[in-house]
Amino acid sequence: MAVSSSLGAFSDQAFGAATAAYTVALICTAVEFSSRRIAARTDRSADLVGAGALTRDGRPDGVPIVPTAGPYGHVASTPATAIPWGERFGRAGLAVAVLGFLAQLASIVTRGFAAGRLPLGNMYEFTSAISAAVIGTFLVVKIKNRDLPIGVFVLVPITLLMYVNGTVLHVAVAELQPALNSYWKWIHVTTVSLSSGVLMFSGIASLLYVLRHRFEARGSDATSVWAKLPSLERIDRIAYRTAILAFPVYTFAVITGALWAEVAWGRYWNWDPKETCAFITWVIYAGYLHARATAGWRGTKSAWISVIGLVSIVFNLFFINMVIAGLHSYAGLN
Amino acid sequence: MSTHDITHLRPDDQLEPPGPLPYPTRQRPTGPRAVAGLARVLWRQLTSMRTALILLFMLALASLPGALLPQWSLDQGRTLTYIENNPTVGPILDKLGFFGVFGSPWYAAIYLALFTSLIGCLVPRTWDFARALRIEPVPTPRNLGRLPHRAVPVATAETADEAAIRITDGLRRWRLTRRDEPAGVVTLSAEKGLVREVGNLVFHFSLLGLLAAIAVGKILGFEGTVIVAEGGGFCSSSPSVYNAFRPGLMVDGTDLAPFCVNLDRFDAQYTDAGLATDFDASIEYQTGAEVAAGSAGWTSRHLKVNDPLRLEGERLYLLGHGFSPEFTVTFPNGETRTVSQVFQPTDTSLLSEGVVKILDPPGYTGAEVRRHQLALQGLFAPTAGSAHGNSNILTSVAAAPDDPAVAIQVFRGDMGMEDGASQSIFGIDQRQVDSGALTKLNRKNMKLNESMTLDDGTTVTFTGYKQWVQLQTSYDPAQGYALVFAITLLGGLMLSLTIKRRRVWYRITPDGSGRSIVEVGGLARTDQAGYGEEFTSLAALARPPRPS
Ligand code: HEM
Repeated sequence: MAVSSSLGAFSDQAFGAATAAYTVALICTAVEFSSRRIAARTDRSADLVGAGALTRDGRPDGVPIVPTAGPYGHVASTPATAIPWGERFGRAGLAVAVLGFLAQLASIVTRGFAAGRLPLGNMYEFTSAISAAVIGTFLVVKIKNRDLPIGVFVLVPITLLMYVNGTVLHVAVAELQPALNSYWKWIHVTTVSLSSGVLMFSGIASLLYVLRHRFEARGSDATSVWAKLPSLERIDRIAYRTAILAFPVYTFAVITGALWAEVAWGRYWNWDPKETCAFITWVIYAGYLHARATAGWRGTKSAWISVIGLVSIVFNLFFINMVIAGLHSYAGLN
Repeated sequence: MSTHDITHLRPDDQLEPPGPLPYPTRQRPTGPRAVAGLARVLWRQLTSMRTALILLFMLALASLPGALLPQWSLDQGRTLTYIENNPTVGPILDKLGFFGVFGSPWYAAIYLALFTSLIGCLVPRTWDFARALRIEPVPTPRNLGRLPHRAVPVATAETADEAAIRITDGLRRWRLTRRDEPAGVVTLSAEKGLVREVGNLVFHFSLLGLLAAIAVGKILGFEGTVIVAEGGGFCSSSPSVYNAFRPGLMVDGTDLAPFCVNLDRFDAQYTDAGLATDFDASIEYQTGAEVAAGSAGWTSRHLKVNDPLRLEGERLYLLGHGFSPEFTVTFPNGETRTVSQVFQPTDTSLLSEGVVKILDPPGYTGAEVRRHQLALQGLFAPTAGSAHGNSNILTSVAAAPDDPAVAIQVFRGDMGMEDGASQSIFGIDQRQVDSGALTKLNRKNMKLNESMTLDDGTTVTFTGYKQWVQLQTSYDPAQGYALVFAITLLGGLMLSLTIKRRRVWYRITPDGSGRSIVEVGGLARTDQAGYGEEFTSLAALARPPRPS
């Protein structure tokens, strides 16, 4: 059970490496994004059927791409013979992000071994796990949709979060009160952090939806940087799919939290600030799914709800943990 | 610019035949019919998806102060401090129920409206669903090209009948109806994913069940906390045995199951770093049935944190622990008393504060008794340390009782206990000190078996300590049901989110020369993300197999 300091030091180094890798990936994806070129939408219905193959839809290699008709630009790849710089940066960014992700997983696992427990016991560990979940979701989505230009929007907030986590929130490896361990607790914190990460990714996608929508509402200037964002349908689909993946897991996490509370505090629900905030988040996402089935609420309005959900997750994670003490209060910062 | 996104349906895109109008529009009804009509309109409003959505938001918003403001139910001290620190808004917020959000009338109004809306929405949907199970998939729409999913019509060398049979073969697990129209046209309507509706209904009904289970718990449940020192015990025969008792709305405490518990000893184990590895209360107990039967046997058990004792319905938890210092007092007349009192922990290393009161000192009579009452007030440290190098200030460096010490201030005089007002068991009445009724005497830090002598010859010796535990009895007859509904809720949700309810139609039109044209259209009833790929393969069914 003893705390291992050398493993702990390795974990810290791996965390630093992951942060550095995300920083590099961030720069690469920024170059990729800003050097994208926009092509006119050629076949509007094609992408309904074959999502994921948008860029290469029915356009023979080598045909020059002329931005004409529709404002809903599709992003085109230029012929494979000359890989453009943007795409090279994109590939490099993806590769570095994968490396960073692996380093972060290594950091999390070794931290767990160093502490002799699941590495989800304080803010630093929790934030690291959530960042990894966001990046992991991004990588899966990106590998399924290789031409999806959203890396930079995921990497900016996560890299920032990693810096804050590595400096402000970092605490040395330590044991927790082993007497307070309960397996419900571990199931609960694991599922909470995973699902929160996926929901955060979904929220970022919805934020892009809102931005893209405002851009289109202003008349879709094809030279604007916002024209490089994916189409509304695509962002929407990604936001929705990740949300419906994460929402049941989040629900499960709330239920296991109640089971833990029943065993530990004598009551399955106490309305302590963290529980209340988790409940609020849950209700917001229920509202999101509802809105998508409500006339007049699809599109931007439901995207806004998902953004509010993102805010409430971040709020629960940081504000509640660090400012408002409850039965939960992990932080271990003081 | 519109955001119409053709993967999404608008409500008027529904392909069902329109239902009957809500009420006749011929003439304005009057009298009771007008009232009924208005009620129906209001009911329709309340049970609409839009209202449900707005009520969900209101629920989220109304919960927010419950997370941001201190709540009476969680921390009375902090709530009181907050109100004192905000003398203008504090009392107003308190009146409006902001420090008891989840019991406030406005919160109840929101969730009751939401759940009324839910019932009003579930009942007709359940009927619709039962009907949908019985009737055949809806007829093929006239113009398949207007559906959100469609494919280019294909020509096949088969007759309409052959093509229909071939396509039917490819739709094995679909609910399917074939309709023969005039001029040899054959249509196929197929539907899949009704289970989604089952999941959705199960989810929403589980919400109702969960609310009911929570309500029953609030009405019939109770909680009582009690402090028990080593060697002591309690029987849960009435609320008065508890230090704090929180009854449900309809609990009067007359029919508590009287189980009994004795605490033999309490042990806490710590790592070298001072972290607790184990809290272990060795108890023995008799269940309600054993007590009623007059049984003489007791069952031994280790009660630990996160491991409650589950009796018939009631649960007993170990929630906290602390120390009761023990003093031996020798009075001027030679009599000795051993006294002890629960001290309240103030931090994680269990530096505890409290007071031992001796209200009936021996050797005095009449009014003299009250003038010679003793209070030993101060701190207890399980492992003594000193603050800032000042050996007079006692602190605790660890929670394990390795080197216990006390810092005691003695008072003598009238405690002021006779005026009926209740006093904290952890302190003395400062007004008695201020008025001179209580006199401050010696102050001393003592290790085990050290003593001090007062001006009248009384000696006070610190002879040891006992450990105490805080136990809680919880009773909630409906929590098992709450768990069952939580599980069905999750199951329903997963079904509903993973299964899509979707339809596909084929219209096969013979061209008169033995060949046919096949048109395909598809529609997913609900959120469409992801029907595309499946539809592509459904559309491929229209194409005849390649001649081999
Ligand atoms: C008590 C609060 C409610 C919560 C927490 C809630 C939650 C949800 C969630 C999470 C979904 C998406 C998952 C699914 O499709 O099963 C959903 C769908 C749905 N809810 Fe609710 N709901 C509530 C109340 C209501 C009410 C009052 C109505 C009726 C007006 C309603 C009607 C529906 C319908 C029709 C769907 C299906 C939407 C679709 O087909 O995509 N719900 N609800």
